[in-house]
Amino acid sequence: MITRWLPLIVFGAIAVLLGVGVVMNAGRTQVEIQSPLVGRPAPDFALPDFAKPSQIVRQSDLRGQPYLLNVWASWCASCRIEHPVITDLALSGRITVIGYNYKDERAAAERWLRQLGNPYHRILVDESGRSAIEWGIYGTPETFLVDAEGIVRWKHVGPISPATVERELLPLLDAIGAGR
Amino acid sequence: MSATPLRRRHGLLALVLLVFAGLAQAIMPKEFESPEEAERYRKLSHEIRCVMCQNQSLADSPAGIADDLRYQLLARMREGYTDEQIRDWFVARYGEFVLYRPRLNPSTWALWFGPFVLLALGTWGLVAVVRRQRALPPARPESDPEES
Repeated sequence: MITRWLPLIVFGAIAVLLGVGVVMNAGRTQVEIQSPLVGRPAPDFALPDFAKPSQIVRQSDLRGQPYLLNVWASWCASCRIEHPVITDLALSGRITVIGYNYKDERAAAERWLRQLGNPYHRILVDESGRSAIEWGIYGTPETFLVDAEGIVRWKHVGPISPATVERELLPLLDAIGAGR
Repeated sequence: MSATPLRRRHGLLALVLLVFAGLAQAIMPKEFESPEEAERYRKLSHEIRCVMCQNQSLADSPAGIADDLRYQLLARMREGYTDEQIRDWFVARYGEFVLYRPRLNPSTWALWFGPFVLLALGTWGLVAVVRRQRALPPARPESDPEES
């Protein structure tokens, strides 16, 4: 009797297994790679300050308060889309937002900031993209949350939406005690 | 009269070749010190995934980030890193995902041993079914063929 039902049972088991896989992947971007950096210290870097290129900013200079590192470039279309969200975050005063100008030309970056406004507390310039590899950056925009001890707490690949801020970032800011 | 289309065709061919030449250069821009180095570079760049395109290896991808990573690969090789240290270097930045050949660790046990477990289960099931069939009396009624 059981042998008669066996094929159906096996089929059902496989269907359930595949179904679980589909549900687990729903709504997740395949492009996003889980960063091994989350939970680990932010990488060291020494990059020029956009406002004053002769001044070199290091990882240790940023320690002591949490910050959001937002990777952008003037050639990046999605950065335009998330720009208002980043601006709102910066204006809310809950978190210091640091810009990371990736593989860009200075003149183009200046034009972009003039056009859209500059939401950043300060901007690091990585013209060659060499330091970006230490952060595991592979495109723009990408955003990291680093806490006061210099530990990476969160990474987001692609433009940040208001929903992402609400659902993921704000609870994390509460957790690390950023602002208020 | 006939020279013009031919020349035009040559021009087109040259254009096509030029496009591919640019592509080829993007993918193999390195000057190697020795054939051994070239071979090792070739092997490693095929093992590491391009993080941007994800279905191409570093060796195959024309993406800008792949170019940067190929440069880093060669730099690590010249700094005397072993193959395993190079893999670790990439994994520390981009995660296990960059390796086309997943490494053996608790999170990949199912991936490595799962197929063998399934094979064993299948074999066991097959043997069980065959045994039961054999133990059963012949299914065909004996008198049937004569009577019909």
